[in-house]
Amino acid sequence: MKYDIVLAGVGGQGVLSVSALIAKSAMKEGLFVKQSEVHGMAQRGGAVSAHLRISDRPVASDLIPYGTASMILSMEPLEALRYLSYLGVNGTVVTSTDPVDNIPDYPRMEQILVAIRSLPHSATIDAERLARESGSVQAINMVLAGAASGLLPIKVETMQESIRELFGRKGEKVVQTNLRAFETGRQAAAC
Amino acid sequence: MSTTSTCVPASADADCKATQRTEAPLVLLGDEAVARGACDAGITAAYAYPGTPSTEILEYVMAQTGGRGRPIARWCANEKTAYEEAMGVAFAGKRALVAMKHVGLNVAADPFMNSALVSVHGGLVLAVADDPGMHSSQNEQDSRWYADFARIICLEPANQQEAYEMTREAFDLSERFRIPVMIRLVTRLAHSRAVVRVSEPRGENAAKMAPDISSWILLPSNAKRQWRDLLNKQPALSDYTLESAHNRLDLIEAERSFGVITTGIARNYLLENLDDLAIRPSHLHIGAYPLPLDKVRVLADHVKTLLVLEEGYPIVERLLRGIRHGQLLILGKETGEVPAAGELTPDIVRQALGLTSHRGVDLPTLDLPSRPPQLCSGCPHGDSYDALKKALLGFESPVVTSDIGCYTLGALPPYSAIQTCVCMGASVSMATGAAEAGCYPVLAVIGDSTFVHSGVTPLMDAVSANTDMTLIILDNETVAMTGGQPSLLPTSRLAGLILGLGIDPDHFQVISAHRRDTEKNAEIIRREIAHRGLSVIIAVRECIETAKKRKRG
Ligand code: SF4
Repeated sequence: MKYDIVLAGVGGQGVLSVSALIAKSAMKEGLFVKQSEVHGMAQRGGAVSAHLRISDRPVASDLIPYGTASMILSMEPLEALRYLSYLGVNGTVVTSTDPVDNIPDYPRMEQILVAIRSLPHSATIDAERLARESGSVQAINMVLAGAASGLLPIKVETMQESIRELFGRKGEKVVQTNLRAFETGRQAAAC
Repeated sequence: MSTTSTCVPASADADCKATQRTEAPLVLLGDEAVARGACDAGITAAYAYPGTPSTEILEYVMAQTGGRGRPIARWCANEKTAYEEAMGVAFAGKRALVAMKHVGLNVAADPFMNSALVSVHGGLVLAVADDPGMHSSQNEQDSRWYADFARIICLEPANQQEAYEMTREAFDLSERFRIPVMIRLVTRLAHSRAVVRVSEPRGENAAKMAPDISSWILLPSNAKRQWRDLLNKQPALSDYTLESAHNRLDLIEAERSFGVITTGIARNYLLENLDDLAIRPSHLHIGAYPLPLDKVRVLADHVKTLLVLEEGYPIVERLLRGIRHGQLLILGKETGEVPAAGELTPDIVRQALGLTSHRGVDLPTLDLPSRPPQLCSGCPHGDSYDALKKALLGFESPVVTSDIGCYTLGALPPYSAIQTCVCMGASVSMATGAAEAGCYPVLAVIGDSTFVHSGVTPLMDAVSANTDMTLIILDNETVAMTGGQPSLLPTSRLAGLILGLGIDPDHFQVISAHRRDTEKNAEIIRREIAHRGLSVIIAVRECIETAKKRKRG
């Protein structure tokens, strides 16, 4: 078993936290994990991506080869399209539909959504609304983690346990908000 | 219970329960694995200047230090001072780690090259992170050249576990051969996490002065002896790398056509593609330098075509060229099978191996605009650039040199305010040169920590010549670009330093980098431009990211 994920988004959206959450959960289940990140630009607003590789055998390369990823998990719709060359033919794009429009030539939203929905497997998630309803707009990334969870080779309970551990230090209220966001994302992807 | 906690820093996202080190394995970045290896090797101190992709090395040591104050972990003024402080620890017989990015080693090149000549008896290890592909750097120089230049050992890990083990070993090698030892990382390892199994930590060395003081006094008479000594050590270093398990030769007896040499993480990309190859090539992996020449010869004699895969410059490839001339075809970056620029990827290696890449999902016909990083909204630098641009209105060809930091983004729209960014501190010295070449007006824009790193020295040149230029120091009270490390010189002491250099107090201004002051600031800048001599302006306002972090506590 091998499950490669390209995570995408815009700096400040919590891409690396989602990557950390999934990686941690996979390891709890005894899987091998490599998690490659791009650090270093403290400034906000640039494109950010991470490669997460999960397998039941040791993983050699930190980077995912083209055309083989099982999933692109994006916090932002335009960014979801940037890494399609990595996606395998049976792979799925899971993305938020809320644009981060901080560039002058941002394409029209319909164009982007048409492109995403023309892919063989995709799930578009109204993540910002769901995050707000869960108690915090910051939790967009957890909504998307939830939306992705049904496809991952990891038990939902393990992911929930990891969320509790990751946010435990910030208090029970934050834990509950993130668990709720995760759950709404899960349900949104299921329907 | 061991004396060190196994907690990794919050950023590393691992269990921070007080587990014992023999329990759950850690999840570490390559950088953190180096740091952990150094801690477990019993370092007394670690020194660094922040620089992507090396920053997390010292950050991890700092997190390990916790309240105990051991090992000492310190951000330094620049890589040179960091290296020299580490040398001082080694001089006292204790172990020290010094960490930097590849271009930082240019700054530390003086102590680095000379430290190869002294007789190191407390382990001295340099961890240097190269950035092939220039994710966050101005060049992709290969630090392995430096190791060869200095005639020392370089260990190049291929994964996080090796990063841990090699760093531990590097300290032993340093003491055994009495040389500094280099650990060379590249971005993809420095910034990738995986499980690392750690072993029993070793305690610190007892203090012990250098047994032969004269080996540390590099007067020509001593230096000649030390240089001969270093040259005489070379066969022993080669013997070590020939024996080392890091240099592994897998000779396939039946396969005499094709062989591969990998170094560092290139091995991962070979392994990634190995199952798809019709024939399994003979393979030499190199993780320890100087090159294990005998193993290279065995492989070269065994095959007709040899592909060299290495991250960075074609160092091994070039050293090999000419071997079995006419009988052995050597492929790599110089022959075009592997691109000469940029970092390796599984697909680049795949194609070099003669395989085609997997075809993924077809791209929809939509032009994707790029999304470069931007100054955070509300960043003080944005306001300083607005004032600067206002001040320069009406000048035909103003020169604005700049430097390395968040503010380098001032080169891009909407600001397009600066014209140079070459190396740390060069804004100040290049402005001096441009002014002396007759340009007017000439301004230099530099951040506070870059100024402390390498801007003070050239400012002394400008003071002594009373150069007709205006230096603007953007003081955001932190090292912002690498994540907000503390500035060595707080705002309160920066002014004293500058005035102490002999700047005319009438042409030294401190302004506040706020939107509401843009008009006023532009006027002050204009006035200082009109002064036909040296002016220094400090534009102060804290980085909003650091301010936020501080408020969150
Ligand atoms: S991190 Fe700080 S200095 Fe850098 S762009 Fe953001 S606000 Fe400005």
